[in-house]
Amino acid sequence: MDITKKKRRIALGCEGSANKLGIGVILHEGDDLSTSTSTVLSNIRHTFVSPPGTGFLPKDTAHHHRAFFVRLAKQALTTAGLHPSEIDCICYTRGPGMGGPLTSVAVAARTLALLWDKPLVGVNHCVGHIEMGRAITGADHPVVLYVSGGNTQVIAYAEQRYRIFGETLDIAVGNCLDRFARALQISNDPAPGYNIEQLAKEGGRVLLDLPYAVKGMDCSFSGILTRAEELAAQMKSGAGKGPDGEPFTGADLCFSLQETVFAMLVEITERAMAHVGSNQVLIVGGVGCNERLQKMMELMATDRGGSVYATDERFCIDNGIMIAHAGLLAYETGFRTPIEESTCTQRFRTDEVLVKWRK
Amino acid sequence: MAAVAPPTEPQFPLPKVLTYPASTPPSLITQGAEGRVYKTTHLLASRPCALKYRPPKPYRHPILDARLTKARISSEAKVLERCWRDGVPVPAVYAMDPAAGWMMIEWIEGIPVRVGINGWLGERPEDGAETPKEDETPLVDLMKRIGTAVGALHRTGVVHGDLTTSNMMLRPRQGGQLENGCAGDEDRAKVVEGDVILIDFGLATQSMSDEDRAVDLYVLERAFASTHPRAERLFAVVLGSYKATFKKAPSVLIKLEDVRLRGRKRSMIG
Repeated sequence: MDITKKKRRIALGCEGSANKLGIGVILHEGDDLSTSTSTVLSNIRHTFVSPPGTGFLPKDTAHHHRAFFVRLAKQALTTAGLHPSEIDCICYTRGPGMGGPLTSVAVAARTLALLWDKPLVGVNHCVGHIEMGRAITGADHPVVLYVSGGNTQVIAYAEQRYRIFGETLDIAVGNCLDRFARALQISNDPAPGYNIEQLAKEGGRVLLDLPYAVKGMDCSFSGILTRAEELAAQMKSGAGKGPDGEPFTGADLCFSLQETVFAMLVEITERAMAHVGSNQVLIVGGVGCNERLQKMMELMATDRGGSVYATDERFCIDNGIMIAHAGLLAYETGFRTPIEESTCTQRFRTDEVLVKWRK
Repeated sequence: MAAVAPPTEPQFPLPKVLTYPASTPPSLITQGAEGRVYKTTHLLASRPCALKYRPPKPYRHPILDARLTKARISSEAKVLERCWRDGVPVPAVYAMDPAAGWMMIEWIEGIPVRVGINGWLGERPEDGAETPKEDETPLVDLMKRIGTAVGALHRTGVVHGDLTTSNMMLRPRQGGQLENGCAGDEDRAKVVEGDVILIDFGLATQSMSDEDRAVDLYVLERAFASTHPRAERLFAVVLGSYKATFKKAPSVLIKLEDVRLRGRKRSMIG
C-alpha cells in the first residue's frame, strides 16, 4: 500500500551510536503529511555505564548493545501494544558514531527487517536529534545547537539541508566534560555531565581562568580540557590557588569549566541567529539536558527578543524514538535503504542528508 | 528564509555615552550577535558616526564578560586603525572607551552584501532549471570586489575572524554610475553595486599565518554555503580575485584545502 495514503504510519527506531541503546516506536497520524501529528508509543533505553575514571570502550559498548537489544525490542513492542505486523518500517542509525556499537545495532535492525519483512531506513543521528527536537518543542525554524559527547554543531536549515554553521574543531563539548569528569574521578552514573552539573552548583566562589577558544564560527575544546586537567592535578597535589589566593575545589573547577565552555557555545549560537535572522533556538543532544546551558541560552535569547526550545532527558539524550521519527519522515517521502546498502559509518555529516520532508 | 520578526521592538538601555546631549537622538541600527550599533552625531553635528557598543552579556559570568569585552574593543580598534592606515576598505576609528565597552567609528552608507546578493538571487530560477545563459556580470563583479577587499585585508596582516556577507557593506559610489543593461535590469544590477567595505572586526586579530588566513576564507566559504547556497558556485571568483590582490595567496589557498578537510565527520570518500 502507498505509505502516503495510509492514515496511521508506524516506525520502530533503533539507536546505538554511543553508550546508549535505545528502541522506540512512533506513530504519525493524519491524511496530509505536512499536518500529521506524531505520537510516541514507546521509548525504551538502556545505558552502558563504565566505572569512574574510565570511558566506554567501543568493544564493551558493542557487547552491551548486543546483549540488550532483544530485551529492549520486546519491551518497546509490549509498551506500544503492537504486533510487528502493524509496523511500517524499521529505522536504524547509519552514523555518525562509534563503529562497533553502530554495527551491532545495524545488524540487529537488519535482522528485524528480514524477520518481519519490513523495509529498512538508515538515519543520520544528528538529523534524528533535530527532527525530534522540532517535533517535541514545536520550534518551526530554529537555529539548532547540537551538543553531545560526540558532536558539537550549530545548524541552520536552508534549502533542504541542515547546514552546519559552526562546529568543534577538535573534540565535542560532551567529550571535554566526560574526560574532565575522569580527571576528578566523578561517577559516570547516570552521566558524567549530569554529575559535573550538580557539583558545579556548589562552586562559584571563584572563576578560574581557562582558555576561551572561539575561532570564527567554530569552537575548540581540547586546550580547555588540557588546562582543566592541569588545574585538577594542581588541586590534588594541594598546590592549586584560585585568583583570591585560596585553594580551589573540584566544584570550583566544574563551575569554571561549565561557565567557559557554555559561554562559547551560546556565543556561536547567537552569531548564527544574527546571521540567519532567526530568533528561535533549539538545543538538542545529551549536553542539552544541562540546565545551566539552557538557562544561559535563555538569557541570550530573551535579550534578543527570541525564545529557547529544549527537551528533557527522554529526548535530549540518545534514544530510539528520534531515529524512528526522522526515519519515518524520510520513509514517507519514499526513502528506503535496501538491505544490501544497509551499512553504517562513523563519519556521516549532517549536511549530507537531503531533507525532502521540509520546504 | 522566513525570519520571524520579534513581536515588539525591544527597548535597550542606552550606553552612558549616548545619554549626553547631541544634535540628533541616537538611533539603534542593528543588534548583532556581538553588540549593538547606534547611529549618532555625538561627536559632530555634521558627521554621523556608528557607535559600537558591547553591552554586558547576561548569560556570561561577570568576570569572564568584563575580560572579553575590554579585550575585544581594544583589539578591534587596534586592528581597524592598522587597516585604515594601509588603505584596506574599513571604517575609520574616531573614539573609544574599552572598559565601558564602546567605540565610535565612521558611518558607512549602503546595505550589507548579504542583502545585495539575496536581492539579486531573489527572483532567479533554481540551478536545476537553468535558463539560457543569463547575464551574471554584476554578481560576478561583486564577487571580485569581495575577493579584492579580503586580499587587501590579509596583505595588511589582519584576519577578520568572522568573515560573512553580513559583515561587509556595499557603499553606493558617488554619482551612482549606472551601467547600461537591458531595460528593467537596472534595479536588479543596482542591488549588487557599490564599494565593498569590511565591517565588524570584533573577532579580528593581527596575524600573518596561512592557517589563520585560510580559516578566514573557510568561514566565508561556509557562510556562502549556508546563506546563499545558490551563489556558492561563484565562490571560486572570490578566491580568484583574492589571489590577484594578495601575493602570498597561493600558500593560503593550499592551506584552505587542509582546513576544508578538517571539519569533523567529513565523508571518508576521496
